[in-house]
Amino acid sequence: MLNFFLLIVIYAGIYALMALGQNMITGYVGILSLCQAGFFAVGSYVTAILSVKLGWSFWATIPVAVILSALLGVLIGLPTLRLKGDYLAIATLGFAEILRTIINNWDSLTNGPNGISRIPKAMLFGAPIKSKYAYILLIWFFVLIVWALFERIAKSRMGRALEAVREDEIAASSMGINITKYKVWAFALGASAAGLAGCLQALYISSVMPGTYVFMVSIMALCMVVLGGMGNFAAVILGAFIIQLISYFPQMVGLSNIIPAQARQILFGLILVLMMIYRPQGILGRKERKYKKTKTGEASK
Amino acid sequence: MSELLKIDNISVSYGNISALKGVSMSVQEGEIVSLIGANGAGKSTLLKSIVGLEPLKEGSISFRGEVLGQAKGGHYKGVPTNLLVRKGVALVPEGRRVFADLTIEENLDMGAFMVREDSVVQQRKEEMYEFFPILGNRRKQKSRSLSGGEQQMLAVARALMSNPTLLLLDEPGLGLAPLIVQDIFNKLAIINRENKVTIFIVEQNARLALKSSDMGYVMENGRIVLADKAKALLKNAQVRAAYLGE
Repeated sequence: MLNFFLLIVIYAGIYALMALGQNMITGYVGILSLCQAGFFAVGSYVTAILSVKLGWSFWATIPVAVILSALLGVLIGLPTLRLKGDYLAIATLGFAEILRTIINNWDSLTNGPNGISRIPKAMLFGAPIKSKYAYILLIWFFVLIVWALFERIAKSRMGRALEAVREDEIAASSMGINITKYKVWAFALGASAAGLAGCLQALYISSVMPGTYVFMVSIMALCMVVLGGMGNFAAVILGAFIIQLISYFPQMVGLSNIIPAQARQILFGLILVLMMIYRPQGILGRKERKYKKTKTGEASK
Repeated sequence: MSELLKIDNISVSYGNISALKGVSMSVQEGEIVSLIGANGAGKSTLLKSIVGLEPLKEGSISFRGEVLGQAKGGHYKGVPTNLLVRKGVALVPEGRRVFADLTIEENLDMGAFMVREDSVVQQRKEEMYEFFPILGNRRKQKSRSLSGGEQQMLAVARALMSNPTLLLLDEPGLGLAPLIVQDIFNKLAIINRENKVTIFIVEQNARLALKSSDMGYVMENGRIVLADKAKALLKNAQVRAAYLGE
């Protein structure tokens, strides 16, 4: 039981990173993207390939994974971000599937469907990270960093621009905001968070397989954002927790032989439908921008 | 007075349908110029092509002698919309398009997005609150809570935050009661006089627009059919019959 709970905390952390990225893309700029799974896979495979085949330490693979994911985000963002709504969703979905297919078939680099196993443990202060508690600390440390960073960006000039783009593109561009530039930025940031999540996933599982990075992963990241509250980073972390709790609930209460694994997809669908009907803004809702009191204005009026 | 905006023989089409057919006009510095015409005459298309939202098929548009958009050999080359603010052109888009989920203050902040100095932004906001008291009283409210007329005021104030040389307005009177439209035009006249902002208005409410303008253009089916002093247009028999309902 305790083990299960620790497992959920670990996975919630990994998915929280992906959801934070998804929130930057979907919650802040309003782009419906469905390719977090693709960037997640890229992060995982970078860590796996570099550490198994080239003997790099885990820590050194992180920047490579993050930067490569961001670059891929830019690469897919530039042509597709001209599209709107469902067209964009389909284009991004297609991109994630292309990545997975490449990974599945590039045998010489990725070992194809067999994946790469025996990824070495990360060393910290001369000792390998092994226990679940250590993993929790490691993963949530990264979650906090990304959260703080994204929160900071959201409060900056860039954050304002992203919100304006989401609200009205024509108005935003007539304010002098370069829409494409900010959309691509958000996309790259979101992608790099998913890439980081991928690194941690590869490290924790110590193996990677193409079957892990299916479309459902992107859907889960989106679910976490919608469930928690779009445009609210704390809320999507909560969303990640709840979704993980739900997906492991059958195993946790020992009902896994009664409730089939596929039932959780039905459950996710049900949750999304209910949320859309009763609380479309998510559990916590969008975070309101807090304004500092100004010296000249009667701000508290 | 010098020529601020020059539109030289431009044509724009949507697929096979041509919306503008060889339109030429000019806006002199310091003036209020209005372009009137019925629905579908091509007024909004003209404004969109000025701000680079519609590519030109022929002709060119220049602002202070600098080319904003040009069609050369069938290829359109223009300044992207987001760079116009830096050149001193601000647009109040059709249907107001205020950022509904942002507060009034945030909307004004967005208008000054290209202004980097906080003190300047703060000062301009205060000026706007003074000029549009309704906005000053409700600065912390979301702009979706404003009425149509108030939203229009906000859209104008937001555009003024960039301290433009040329203010473009796309149907500021759309869907508003005549009294409110009158109020908006009065404000525009003050802005024009005191802040030396040149104003180009596209409007269906011909009477109100012409009354507060220096120059007027009448557009029909993608062509300019009349161009004259606004006062003269108000007396013109053709205009009176077609647009003023007399």
